[in-house]
Amino acid sequence: MSIIISSCSRLPVLHIICELLVRAHVPSPEWAHSLYAVQHTACNGSSGLGLYSRPFIESFEETPMLVAVLTYMGYGILTIFGYLRDFLRDWKIERCHVAREREEQRDFVPLYQDFENFYTRNLYMRIRDSWNRPICSVPGAKVDLVERVSPDYNWTFDYTGKVVEGVINMGSYNYLGFAENTGYCADASAEVTMKYGVGVASTRQEMGNLDRHEEMEELVAKFLGVESAMAFGMGFATNSMNIPALTGKGCLILSDELNHASLVLGARLSGSTIRVFKHNNMQSLEKMLRDAIVHGQPRTHRPWKKILILVEGIYSMEGSIVRLPEVIALKKRYRAYLYLDEAHSIGALGPGGRGVVDYFGLDPRDVDVMMGTFTKSFGAAGGYIGGRKELLEYLRSHSHSAVYAASMSPPVVEQIIASMKCIMGEDGTTLGRDRVQQLAENTLYFRRRLTEMGFIIYGNSDSPVVPMMLYMPAKIGAFGREMLKRNIGVVVVGFPATPIIESRARFCISAAHTKDMLDTALSVISEVGDLLQVKYSRHERLIYDQIQD
Amino acid sequence: MLFIDYSSAFNTIISTKLRTLGLNTSICNWILDFLMGSPQAPAYHLVLEGILILWIIRLLFSKTYKLQERSDLTEKEKEDLIEEWQPEPLVPPMSKDHPSLNYDIVTGPPSHKIIVNGKECINFASFNFLGFLDNERVKQKALTSLRRYGVGTCGPRGFYGTFDVHLELEDRLAKFMKTEEAIIYSYGFATIASAIPAYSKRGDIVFVDEAACFSIQKGLQASRSFIKYFKHNDMEDLERLLKEQEIEDQRNPRKARVTRRFIIVEGLYINTADVCPLPDLVKLKYKYKVRIFLEESMSFGVLGEHGRGVTEHFGVNIDDIDLISANMENAVASIGGFCCGRSFVIDHQRLSGQGYCFSASLPPMLAAAAIEALNIMEEDPVVILIWFRFFIFMYDLVNKYFQIDSYSAVKSVIGEVYAPALHLQLERSSGSRDTDVRMLRSIVDYCLERQIALTLARYLDKEERFLPPPSIRVVVTIEQTEEDIEKAASCIREAALAILK
Repeated sequence: MSIIISSCSRLPVLHIICELLVRAHVPSPEWAHSLYAVQHTACNGSSGLGLYSRPFIESFEETPMLVAVLTYMGYGILTIFGYLRDFLRDWKIERCHVAREREEQRDFVPLYQDFENFYTRNLYMRIRDSWNRPICSVPGAKVDLVERVSPDYNWTFDYTGKVVEGVINMGSYNYLGFAENTGYCADASAEVTMKYGVGVASTRQEMGNLDRHEEMEELVAKFLGVESAMAFGMGFATNSMNIPALTGKGCLILSDELNHASLVLGARLSGSTIRVFKHNNMQSLEKMLRDAIVHGQPRTHRPWKKILILVEGIYSMEGSIVRLPEVIALKKRYRAYLYLDEAHSIGALGPGGRGVVDYFGLDPRDVDVMMGTFTKSFGAAGGYIGGRKELLEYLRSHSHSAVYAASMSPPVVEQIIASMKCIMGEDGTTLGRDRVQQLAENTLYFRRRLTEMGFIIYGNSDSPVVPMMLYMPAKIGAFGREMLKRNIGVVVVGFPATPIIESRARFCISAAHTKDMLDTALSVISEVGDLLQVKYSRHERLIYDQIQD
Repeated sequence: MLFIDYSSAFNTIISTKLRTLGLNTSICNWILDFLMGSPQAPAYHLVLEGILILWIIRLLFSKTYKLQERSDLTEKEKEDLIEEWQPEPLVPPMSKDHPSLNYDIVTGPPSHKIIVNGKECINFASFNFLGFLDNERVKQKALTSLRRYGVGTCGPRGFYGTFDVHLELEDRLAKFMKTEEAIIYSYGFATIASAIPAYSKRGDIVFVDEAACFSIQKGLQASRSFIKYFKHNDMEDLERLLKEQEIEDQRNPRKARVTRRFIIVEGLYINTADVCPLPDLVKLKYKYKVRIFLEESMSFGVLGEHGRGVTEHFGVNIDDIDLISANMENAVASIGGFCCGRSFVIDHQRLSGQGYCFSASLPPMLAAAAIEALNIMEEDPVVILIWFRFFIFMYDLVNKYFQIDSYSAVKSVIGEVYAPALHLQLERSSGSRDTDVRMLRSIVDYCLERQIALTLARYLDKEERFLPPPSIRVVVTIEQTEEDIEKAASCIREAALAILK
C-alpha cells in the first residue's frame, strides 16, 4: 500500500490512529491511491521562474485545528458504532440487510473478507442517498430528478413515481453546456442516428473504421493544434489501454499523486516502474527526474529506457491546474516525455477552449501525448489522444483499444464533431466562443462569492471545478440533503476519494448557468453553510484583488 | 639464524644515574631488569612485528573506506550524466506498410450492405448477428431518447450520471437473463476487465482457459492474482490443476481458507469459435469449490432458445454461475457491456468496479437502443430460430467448401455448429507469420473486389498470452440470405485457389 500520509502534520498520532482504524475496512487500496493526499500550501503567488504569462493563483487553506480534531472524533464515533452494530447483527439482534451468499456455496472461500465492507456497511450506507441520484432529463443547467425514498435507512430505495423538477445542476461536468437535446449538435446527431444506427459491431482495425471517425479525428487534431489524433470509445480506457502501448519494462513513469484511477491503472498495466511525486510539486518532480537519470534502474543501474511524466490538466477533486510551464521546462531539460490528461480542462480552459496548453499560451507540440475526453465539455462520450504523426501511427497499430474494442457510436461521434466545430467557430457563429468566455466569467464570479462568504475553497482561481471543504463525515450527507431540499443538486465526496479528514462538496460550473441560477445557488449554499456551520475560512483573502490588478 | 642479544643492548646504562633522578630502588631495579633481562628474540620476529605495527598505524591514519561510492558524485558529474542520457524514442519507428496501419474505410453505415474502400459489399465482418444495427425500431427508440436526454451523460454514475434509462436497462437485463441483478458499463472491453479485479485480488488464484480473449487477460493482469492457464476446453487439464491446488491447500490450510479461487471461461470463444463445456465446469466448480466467471460477449443473443447464451444452451441453472459478463456491442449492436448474477456478487462492483465508478456512464440513447433490442428478442424468439437455421446451413457449406475439398489450402476452424463467427486459417503455414497474414490479406482483398466484405482477425502479436494463428474471420448474420452465404463461400474458395496455388 503506497499511500502517502501528508495532511495535517500537527496531529500525527491521532491522524495515524484514525487512518488505521478506517483504512482497515476499505475494500481496495487502489481506490485510495490515485486520489490521495494533498499539499497544504497557502496562496502561492505566480512562480518566480517567469514562465507564466498570467497570475497562477492556487490556494489550499489549512484545516483549522478544532475542525480536524472534531472530524477525527466523528470518524472515531462512527467506527465504534460500526463495531457495535456489527456485533448486534452477528447476534441477530439487529436485522441484517446485506445480501447473503447462497446456501449451496456457504462452504466456499468467502468472496469478501468480513472486514472488507465495514466502511460500506457502517459509514457509506448512512449517507448513500447523496450519490447515484437518478435523473430523467438532459444533464443541463437544470435537471429533473427521479424521486426516491428509502424505507430502511438507505439499504434499498423505492421510486415514488414523482419527479423533482428544475433542480439546479451543480454536479455534472457540463462545462460548456453542450448537454442539450435541441439545437445544432443534437440535430446533427439525430440525423446520423437515423442514417447509421447506434452501434458499429466491430473494432477500428477490423470493420469499424467509419468515415465519420476519420473526419472527427482530423477535426480533433486541428482543434488541438497537433499533427494527428485518434479517438477511443471510453475516456477511462483511453488512459488504461494506451499507456501500456507507450511504456513497458525498463521505463519509468512519474505520476502525480492525485492522478485519476485510469492513469494509475494504465501505468500499472504497462509493467513500468512507477514513482509518485507530490501533487503539482515541481521540486518533487525535479528531484525524481534527477535521481532517476543519475541512478538508473534500481539494482541493475542500467539507464532507464525512457521516462514518462503523467499529469492532469485540472485535478477533479482539488480544482488545481497543473503547473504546465514548469513541467514542460523540466521535461525538456531532462528529456522526459509528457502525457497530459485533459479530461476536465479541454474545452473548459483557455481563451479558445483548447485546454490547459491554450490557457498558458504554450505550444501543443511541447506536450508529447495530449489526452482528453469528450464526456465533459463536449457532452458526448469517449476520449482522444493527440500528438506527433509517428506516435499516432504507432497507436493506430498498437493501441489495445484499436485492436480489441468496439469503435465509437456514430451519433456520439457526430455530437463531438458538431460541438467542436461550434467551439472553433466553424459553424459560422460565435456561440462556442461565447460559451468559453461565459464559463470563465461564471467561474471567477462563483469562486469569488464563495470565498467572500467565508467557505474554504480549494484550487485554482480559474478552475471551473470548485471544491468546498466540509471536513466532517456527518456534514457530507447533511449538505447533500439540505441542498437537494432547496432544489440544488451538488456532488459531495468523502473518504476514500479524498483524504480522510478532507471531505468536501464539489461544484462544477457550466457556461449554461445563468447569473440568476448562480445567485440562487450561492444564496442557498450560504444558507445551508450557516445551518451546518461550514464557513470555516479564517483568512481575509486578497487574491481576487490581485486578479483585478 | 640470526639472534640479537638484548641483554647486551643496554649494558652501558649506569644504574646510579637513575637513582640520582630520585627514583626509588625497587623501580630502578625493575627498569634495569626489564632492559637487560629480556630473553633473546629472533630477528624475523622483530621484523614481522615492526611491519604489523606499521600496518596498524597506516590503518589508523588512512581515510575511511566508503561503501557507497555513488554518493560521491559531484554536481558536475551528475550534470554530465544527465547530459549524457539519451532516452529511447517515445514510440519505435513504424514502416509505412505495416499491415495494421492502414485501416479499411467504411463509408456510411456498417450494416448488411456496406461500402468498404468505396466498394459496396455484403458484410461478413461486423458482429451484427441479429441485424439490430440498422433496425428501424431500434433507431427510432434511440432517436426518441436523444431528443429527451441529449447525447452525453456528463458524469459518472455516482454524480448525476445515473439516468432512469440505465436503471430500466439493468432491470431488463436482469429479468431477461433471469438473474437477481445486472450492472451496466459504458464500454464492452472494460466490463470483464473491471469485474475480475473487483473480486480477485493479490494472492487469489484464477484458472483460465488458454484461449481467453484479451479483455480477460487485461482484467487478470490488473487483479495481480496468481494465474494458472489450462489447455483450451480441456477439462482433464483443468482438473489436474485443481487437484494440484487441492494438495497445496492441504499443506497450508490456513492460507487456503482465505485464498479465493475462480475459473474464468468464455461461453463462445471469440478466438476459436467453440463453446465451453459448461456442465462439466459446473461439476468441477462444486467438487473443488471454485467460483465460475463466464464471459458471454459472443454467445449472448446467439446461443440458447431465447438467446440467453451458453447457460440456456446447455440448460445449466444460471445461479450456478457466479458472474456472467457480456458486451452489448455484438448481437445487441449498441455500445457498452453488462455483468449479471446474484446481488450478493454483482452489487460489489458498484463501489469496486473501476470502469463503473470512475467512468462516465453509458449515453442514454445507447441504453435505450439496447432496451429496444431486448424487446425484439423477447417478443420474437423466431429471430433466434431463423438464426439457428443459418448455423446449420453455414456449417454444411463450410464443410462442403473447406473441409472436404482437398484442393483448398484454407482450413476452417469451426468447433461447433453454433459459431456465428468462424475463423479460416491456412492449412499449411508458410513458416512466417507476416507472410501468412499477407496471404490471408490478399484473400480478403480478392473478396472485397467481388463484393464480399471480410476481415482478418486482429491481434497484438506481442501482447497476447497465447497468440492464435492468423485467420480470416467470417461472420454470419441473420440478414444474409442463403445466396449471399453461398456466394461468399465460393468466392473465398476461388480466392484461396487463385492466391495460394
